[in-house]
Amino acid sequence: MGRFLDLEGAAIAGHRPWPRFVVDVEQWRSAAHRLADGACALGGLWADSESVHMALIDAKAGRAVFSLPCPDRRFPSIGQFHPPAIRLERAIADLFGFVADGASDTRPWLDHGRWYLTHPLGQWTQRTAPFEPYRFLPSEGEGLHQIAVGPVHAGIIEPGHFRFTAQGEAVVRLEERLGYTHKGVEWLMAGADLSTAAKLSGRVSGDSTVAYALAFARASEAALGIEVPDRAHWLRALMGELERLANHIGDIGAICNDASFALIHAHCGILREKILRAADFCFGHRLMRDCIVSGGVAVDLPGDGRARLLALLEELRPYFARIVDLYDNTASLQDRTVGTGILRPELAERFGAGGFVGRASGRAFDARRSLAYPPYDVLAFDVPVLHEGDVNARVWIRIREVEQSLSLVRQILERAPEGSLCAERPHAAGGEGVALVEGFRGDVLVWLRLDGDGRVARCHLRDPSWFQWPLLEIAIEGNIVADFPLCNKSFNCSYSGHDL
Amino acid sequence: MRRLFLESIARAPLPEKLPPPDAELVALAAELDAAARRKLGRSLSIRHVDAGSCNGCELETHALQNAFYDLERIGLRFVASPRHADVLLVTGPVTRNMREALERTWQATPDPKWVVAAGDCAIDGGLFVRSYAVSGGVEAVIPVDLRIRGCPPRPMDLLSGLMALLQAPRATKHDGRP
Ligand code: SF4
Repeated sequence: MGRFLDLEGAAIAGHRPWPRFVVDVEQWRSAAHRLADGACALGGLWADSESVHMALIDAKAGRAVFSLPCPDRRFPSIGQFHPPAIRLERAIADLFGFVADGASDTRPWLDHGRWYLTHPLGQWTQRTAPFEPYRFLPSEGEGLHQIAVGPVHAGIIEPGHFRFTAQGEAVVRLEERLGYTHKGVEWLMAGADLSTAAKLSGRVSGDSTVAYALAFARASEAALGIEVPDRAHWLRALMGELERLANHIGDIGAICNDASFALIHAHCGILREKILRAADFCFGHRLMRDCIVSGGVAVDLPGDGRARLLALLEELRPYFARIVDLYDNTASLQDRTVGTGILRPELAERFGAGGFVGRASGRAFDARRSLAYPPYDVLAFDVPVLHEGDVNARVWIRIREVEQSLSLVRQILERAPEGSLCAERPHAAGGEGVALVEGFRGDVLVWLRLDGDGRVARCHLRDPSWFQWPLLEIAIEGNIVADFPLCNKSFNCSYSGHDL
Repeated sequence: MRRLFLESIARAPLPEKLPPPDAELVALAAELDAAARRKLGRSLSIRHVDAGSCNGCELETHALQNAFYDLERIGLRFVASPRHADVLLVTGPVTRNMREALERTWQATPDPKWVVAAGDCAIDGGLFVRSYAVSGGVEAVIPVDLRIRGCPPRPMDLLSGLMALLQAPRATKHDGRP
């Protein structure tokens, strides 16, 4: 027997490590109200062949998955009470054809009318009806004009469409339209063997390939009851921290560049390159792709890897400190970042925003601490939190996290135990697993169900960006259009991770 | 700032004290210079298009601009509009949702133009090729002149790929729809 929120009942056997409860409509609705009251955070909302699932994260009660059977392909909308669920429900409608009863926004989201079928993951049919043009939200008023940007942007970035309504220079409303990079990952996952599925998961968002591979591996290990060898845990964390370092440093440079301060960008570019080269030297791939597998890791640190990384730390620490100094002492740069793109703490909390977006706006959640998976349970680190919620705060969270990661890498190099790299994979066995892992951008959730042959029956991957993209729309309001690139970069949401 | 600045000036320039693979780069730079001059004067403008990538290929494309590879010193630069470009560098499998945008970008690029498919996905759709949401590699949508393998390709591979493009000039140029 288990208990979560007000719910008493039998958890589904074979779902690990959090309990999964099959709930009725009443319990589903009451969970929606709990979310709306801020009693817990939404970890994810996704569909399966005959039900919808919702991951709930509660600081006290823990975590659970609620499943509502919906044989008639309808379920009560969570989004009508709790806006962070709106886009997830629109995606469910596109992919599965399930109707969210009561939902206020029923426009398609990932489906742009370009697929030859509808509801590819549900009861799909050939597309016959013509697709209605997308209806952007109306904005009317004197002196308003619209600026449409994308999907192809001016820089080397991912595709997405932004529609600004501006009054003079000030943004009155931003509306995002995403889904351009939708590749059908979850459809490709279905029926895939574990190693193909692991590769796919590492290609959901390239900048977070380690985080995704780790989340997928942990979910599959939970489902199969695999005990991962100690050394593998430590090497995984080492890769995760290198990924965080490279991305945070790259971001700090890119944000400064968008504030027209190219010097920091150039130096951060050098540091990032050095980290990627060290990763390549140690694990054979600059982004450390396909290095984490179900059961452990595929590569060991080479004999001289430790020395190489220690030398990297030696070089990085003072170099980075000087960059931080420069950032801190350049008034013209601060002029652009301080007070720009403010995200209020209530909103970060309500949306369960992870990563630097949440932590720069007072939300102290970090899966490495809050869920303390190994080896983070025995490592010493701080989770920096600020409350200003502006671009500057998002830069400082990254700076502080770089410092923490530098210390974590050192601790890992000093303490990583010797031993085997990968557990034996049990012969075909089914099960369900879930994992929440802290990537550089925030918490990545992976939920999966394996069939009796050990193949993936259903796998859902939820990028942290789902709960950050909507907040960018809010943070930009009242800022000048010219500050959008700066705000956008400080959020650095993933298009591909979101579009799947 | 002054300190960091002075240190940077006092330090030997980064591209010159590179580890072995980058010695290659120095040679590449000289070659490219000659080839680019023949074709287009001193420089070649590249427009990047993400046709649905996982963003891994973008990271390495970005890296081409850092001080180690510093692609501008050899006359290659990224431009903001396809109308200014000689080369389209396309990454990712072409998703159905991006197909039209890619076609339109190609049409907006003046002749003569070259298309580089960068990364395994851009070459043949990679792991995503079976999907209902993917049209295939870049070739499925617009003509491709050069393919650069890798997932993602390393910056050095991107550089030598662009080199190869310049060394094998095409007799014909693209015009009209694919
Ligand atoms: S080739 Fe690899 S890195 Fe590039 S888009 Fe495809 S999966 Fe991503």
